[in-house]
Amino acid sequence: MRNLLRFLYKYYFFLLFLILEVIAVSMGIQYNLYQRARFVSVTENISAFFNESISSFSDYFHLVETNRKLSLENTHLKNQLQRVYRSDDLFFFGEKDTLHRQKYFFTSARVINNSVNRMHNYLTLDKGRAQGVRPEMGVVCPEGIVGITAGVTKNFSSVISLLNTNFHVSAKLKKNDYFGTLSWDGQDYRRALLHDIPYHVPIEEGDTVVTSGFSAVFPEGTLIGIVEKAEVKNGNFYTATIKLTTDFKHLVYVDVISNLKKKEQKKLENYD
Amino acid sequence: MINHLFRYTLLFIILVLVQILILDNLQISSFVVPFLYVLFILMLPFEIPGWLLLLMAFFTGFVMDLFEHTYGIHTSATLLMAWFRPGVLKLIAPQDGYVPNSEPMIRDYGFSWFMKYSVILVFLHHAILFYFEVFTFHHFFTTLFRVFISSFFTIFLIVLSQFSVYKPKGLGRG
Repeated sequence: MRNLLRFLYKYYFFLLFLILEVIAVSMGIQYNLYQRARFVSVTENISAFFNESISSFSDYFHLVETNRKLSLENTHLKNQLQRVYRSDDLFFFGEKDTLHRQKYFFTSARVINNSVNRMHNYLTLDKGRAQGVRPEMGVVCPEGIVGITAGVTKNFSSVISLLNTNFHVSAKLKKNDYFGTLSWDGQDYRRALLHDIPYHVPIEEGDTVVTSGFSAVFPEGTLIGIVEKAEVKNGNFYTATIKLTTDFKHLVYVDVISNLKKKEQKKLENYD
Repeated sequence: MINHLFRYTLLFIILVLVQILILDNLQISSFVVPFLYVLFILMLPFEIPGWLLLLMAFFTGFVMDLFEHTYGIHTSATLLMAWFRPGVLKLIAPQDGYVPNSEPMIRDYGFSWFMKYSVILVFLHHAILFYFEVFTFHHFFTTLFRVFISSFFTIFLIVLSQFSVYKPKGLGRG
């Protein structure tokens, strides 16, 4: 017994280090193996507060660019409105309309924190539970997809960016509807990889890649990027490098998408 | 003692705030990610007992993990760095040992001693951090390059802080 105590006393520095290190490493491994991004930590609120003050300041530097983007999108939407609703005023419908089966509802939000230089990048938005944001909603911007909401507090939400090695989304080629999985390899914030496209599918530089809509998170056909190069890796599948259309370094305003029919679809598919 | 507690608490808060409010928002490139908060472990006094050193490292890393959503990555890297600290200090000790009441700073032990001390520990910390973050040896040399460049910037900031925050003799000397 005394020997044991003496041993413990002699090597306590190493033993304590070992215990603490095991705790830390197992936290890290758990996070890497299973997607544990659904934590909403206490710090979320604190850091969101700081980030909001920083971003309200830095927003001024992007005013010109933001205005240009907004006016572009306005024009685009006006055009769409003309095409769709011109025939009859009666066709204008709102969120709760059961006749027209509106499936997606968009909420505008401002990005108050964003990073592109980590392996697991996150964004923070200034909308939360009180504004109707829930976990696992898609986030898009006018140029393409951005990510999926993870943690939601009362007034803020954190978004797993597409630039997160844990992020996967089902994507397809716009021209022939063959689908695969899109993920990020952590190399370049402007490029992502599209896996699992069978090798017999004609895929060329310049093909458009859009979301497949299978996951019920993003509407079908939301823009992701353009094929930059495609090569057959490990056997029967293409791995294509996709040039992302979203510029993750210049995100200011984004839209959070709630799928009004998601519960129904998931119930049928037995996920929930 | 109380004075010590106050000083190191203040240093800890300042470093964490600088890290999350300024450095994390810099985003120069994915190769340049300085982690100045390790300065806290470097600055702890020579006489600090081992268990306290390790607990401090665990706490520091854990706080950074919470703010950066990384869960365990900063904690394990900072712990390893703290564990190596006594060994490194012994390895590079000056001939007549460390003087009581002195601190591990350029002011007390000179530039070349301080460089050896910080380069070894910061590089170790960043290496563990980046490889654990990537979680693969797939792009071994890309990651190694990130480790080098980021360590360089961290060390640059650490040396800078030695000259700016700690005025030679006097100010804040507990």
